[in-house]
Amino acid sequence: MGQTKKIKVMVNGERIERDVAVRTNLSDFLRNDLGLTGTHVGCEHGVCGACTVRVNGQTVRSCLMLAVQVDDLEVTTIEGLADTGPVSALRDAFLKRNALQCGYCTPGMLASAVEYIEKIGEPDRKKIREHLSGNYCRCTGYQSIVDAICDVIQVGTEK
Amino acid sequence: MTGVKFDFDKPTKLIGQPEARLDAKRLLHGRGRFVDDIQLPRMLHAYFIRSPIAHGKIVSINTSGAMDADGVVNVFTGKDLENVVEPYVGVLSHLAGLRSPPQAPVAIDCVKWQGEPVAVVLAHSRAQAEDAAELIEIEYDELPAVVDMEKALDESCPLIHAGYDSNLAWQRTVDVGDVSSAFSNPDNFVVKKRFKFGRHTGVTLEPRTSIAEYDPSDDQLTVWYSGQAPHMMQFIFAKHLGLLEENVRVISQDVGGSFGIKVHTYGDEVAVAAIAKLLGRPIKFTADRYESFMSDIHARDHVVDARMAISASGQIVGLEFDDVTGIGPYSMYPRTSAIEANQVLNLTGAPYVIPNYRATSKVVFQNKNLMCQYRAVGHPIAMAICDCLLEEAAAHIQMDPVEVRRINLMADNSYPRTSASGMKLDELSHQAALNKLIEMMDYNSLRADQLEQRKDGVFRGIGFVSMVEVTNPSPMFYGIGGAPIASQDGATVRLDAGGGIHVSSSVTEQGQGTNAILAQIVADVLGVDLARVKVTTGDTKTTPYGGGTWASRGAGIGGEAALLAANALKEQILDAASVILQAKPSELDIKNGQVVDAKTFVEKMNLSDLARTVYYRGNELPDEAKPELVATRHYRVTDAPFVFTNGAMAAHVEVDIETGFVKVLDFWAVEDCGRVINPLLVDEQIRGGVVQGIGGALYEECLYSDEGQLLNTSLADYLVPMASEMPDIHVAHIETPTKSSVLGAKGAGEAGTGGAPAAVMNAVNDALRHLGVTIYQMPMTPERILSALAETKTDN
Repeated sequence: MGQTKKIKVMVNGERIERDVAVRTNLSDFLRNDLGLTGTHVGCEHGVCGACTVRVNGQTVRSCLMLAVQVDDLEVTTIEGLADTGPVSALRDAFLKRNALQCGYCTPGMLASAVEYIEKIGEPDRKKIREHLSGNYCRCTGYQSIVDAICDVIQVGTEK
Repeated sequence: MTGVKFDFDKPTKLIGQPEARLDAKRLLHGRGRFVDDIQLPRMLHAYFIRSPIAHGKIVSINTSGAMDADGVVNVFTGKDLENVVEPYVGVLSHLAGLRSPPQAPVAIDCVKWQGEPVAVVLAHSRAQAEDAAELIEIEYDELPAVVDMEKALDESCPLIHAGYDSNLAWQRTVDVGDVSSAFSNPDNFVVKKRFKFGRHTGVTLEPRTSIAEYDPSDDQLTVWYSGQAPHMMQFIFAKHLGLLEENVRVISQDVGGSFGIKVHTYGDEVAVAAIAKLLGRPIKFTADRYESFMSDIHARDHVVDARMAISASGQIVGLEFDDVTGIGPYSMYPRTSAIEANQVLNLTGAPYVIPNYRATSKVVFQNKNLMCQYRAVGHPIAMAICDCLLEEAAAHIQMDPVEVRRINLMADNSYPRTSASGMKLDELSHQAALNKLIEMMDYNSLRADQLEQRKDGVFRGIGFVSMVEVTNPSPMFYGIGGAPIASQDGATVRLDAGGGIHVSSSVTEQGQGTNAILAQIVADVLGVDLARVKVTTGDTKTTPYGGGTWASRGAGIGGEAALLAANALKEQILDAASVILQAKPSELDIKNGQVVDAKTFVEKMNLSDLARTVYYRGNELPDEAKPELVATRHYRVTDAPFVFTNGAMAAHVEVDIETGFVKVLDFWAVEDCGRVINPLLVDEQIRGGVVQGIGGALYEECLYSDEGQLLNTSLADYLVPMASEMPDIHVAHIETPTKSSVLGAKGAGEAGTGGAPAAVMNAVNDALRHLGVTIYQMPMTPERILSALAETKTDN
């Protein structure tokens, strides 16, 4: 397994200390070492977006990051995305719009959708589609996902 | 159909309502359980070493270095498994003449495609297994590879299989009417084209995964398997590993997309089960994306020379084509790799009145990955051949593509009848679907816009397809040919003591919403709240015996079984209620979880009280009252080999003639899938299908070198449609319920993938034809479009 390194990381609000092989990527660390299997691996190439998580509030592809790189940082996975605010609204909207089928892309898709709402927040279908282009969905036609995100933004604006 | 009468229009109806999929909440919270999420005690991880060459003899394999590596428990080669796994052969008796040699899960003496498993390393982690694999030395004696399917039948071509006189696997000709005279009549206009359909693949976002666990104490194999057909796999594992079928349990719970990819027998998965049996401990195999591209079945890969004869008044007089398709070195087991070609022969021209039809398909072996059934098997090819020739012919006789369809589509009141190839067709609505399509897309405005834009050098096109889809297959699809594939499905529905309903069904869920629609049907029949119905699917140990989910059959066949079972349970409930309440069963009904007076709806007793009486206090009931509130019913289609559906679709595209890029501006689909059970689910199914169809038409292709090396094995190189390049897709329905069932539902899951490619091809050609350019090769990449434009410039 080669060299290991001790890391301290806050994962979903829980302090974790582990020795990890320096070559272990973050997605494998989350799934295999911590049992956080809501983070899915689709391509190990940073293309499909299924493994998207948040590190210190930024979305990252956990398959392109090493576990040792999150030393002293905060990681949030689907299991730790608070069920309040935009995340909760997105979950409701995804359900109402049927914006998921097999659910494999969904954790990553939600992470990217939260980022869109926080950083851009316009109910502009073209911009939403561009923002989601790093998240592949092979089941839906993407349309219901765009609809769901628009719904959340529009309800938020009306408040 | 059966004598069950059913009111689909009652005020409390659930069937037909856009109910949310309640079981999707887990997935939104990251609480799905996909196979790779499962960790078992003492589990080992398998890593497969795959052939780096397309064709060659295995001279030697030295595994000693790997055996000593960190974490490695064992290494197996094909020879090590030779006496453990009975080889399998992918032929079916109803595809007369189809041949394919016995196949081993791991290559023994010879490799026949790049990606074929050659050895497997078992270690405590996947990483350790991969590390050790680098220490295995394998020497090959490379042989010439048969790559180009068009040359595979040449006499000078090397033979892939010893003992075969050629690389031909199967061929079939359909010949109806008098095609020769249709084409020789000088009054008819003849259009002739060569179509090419590239190889592509399913790209399930969750790769193929399985965990096999063997308990030697009672000879029990359990396989957690990301797949579509658990009972089929139960048979296959049992037969080829020498186990009793009842000692094999296959569990398919959350499946991260399948699209037909996960309904076949893959060597790596069989090898994992065999090794679990040998080692007596759980083995996990999860393909990475590179392996997925090299080993998940590919699809399409056809070259078709086709021609159509059309009269001056626009009537199709004849259709003729020769198809060649390359399937890799073996026919896939057990569904075979000849079904797609057979579908092309059977389905081409099926929406239209075509008196003279001749078609031949040759299925050839080659040294590429295996080809088999992927979503909309054969449909994109069949629809493109006829509908693209039709629009080409219409253009030449200066007839509008809608008008030419109206002339040639079968009349909606003309069924039952047969297709050009002799397929039995019934209850289709091509004309109504086309009319609805034209209305929803505002066709005339689009045509006006097209001419206006052209003045500014913007080239837009509108393309159509009228299509059929094979759904709800009967035993005539596979069972007739000897395949261990059930065409019937069953459901068990029971009332539990708490008043909840449990449904157990043999159809499976891969995200379509199978479980949700089963719950919806049962809740509707039984008059209970949807949230009180729980569904189990995907477990050979606990569900009724059945086929699973493929060929757009989950709703139509599984749904009907659930309806019949729920109806039988309702009779039991009302019988019990009639005893308890001293009333006739016909005077009672169930609404909102309560037994009610059928006329006044006055509540008499809730279902929990009824169940508790039957289950706990049977002493209060007469002895002849049976203590059972559970019913099982099975259903298969008996009226026809398939229940065909139909649809009409249109694409609006813009082609940039400087860059060759095609932008799909808009897409419309009108689908007749019979009774719509849940429009929310079926609409997005259709959209997802359309997006996969657009992928096949414009982006997706497995590219091989002349040596048989797959060149694009990552998602960075193989283009899957992304959100930003897809249009909004407008969906509407015509509902012609099939009389072959009470429910009346036909399939819908493959329509978009089957129809969209032809519509997009027609739209691209509609945009370019006035420049003297057409393209009949999918995917229609920028490079190919620019090449076609350049050829025209050279010609001029």
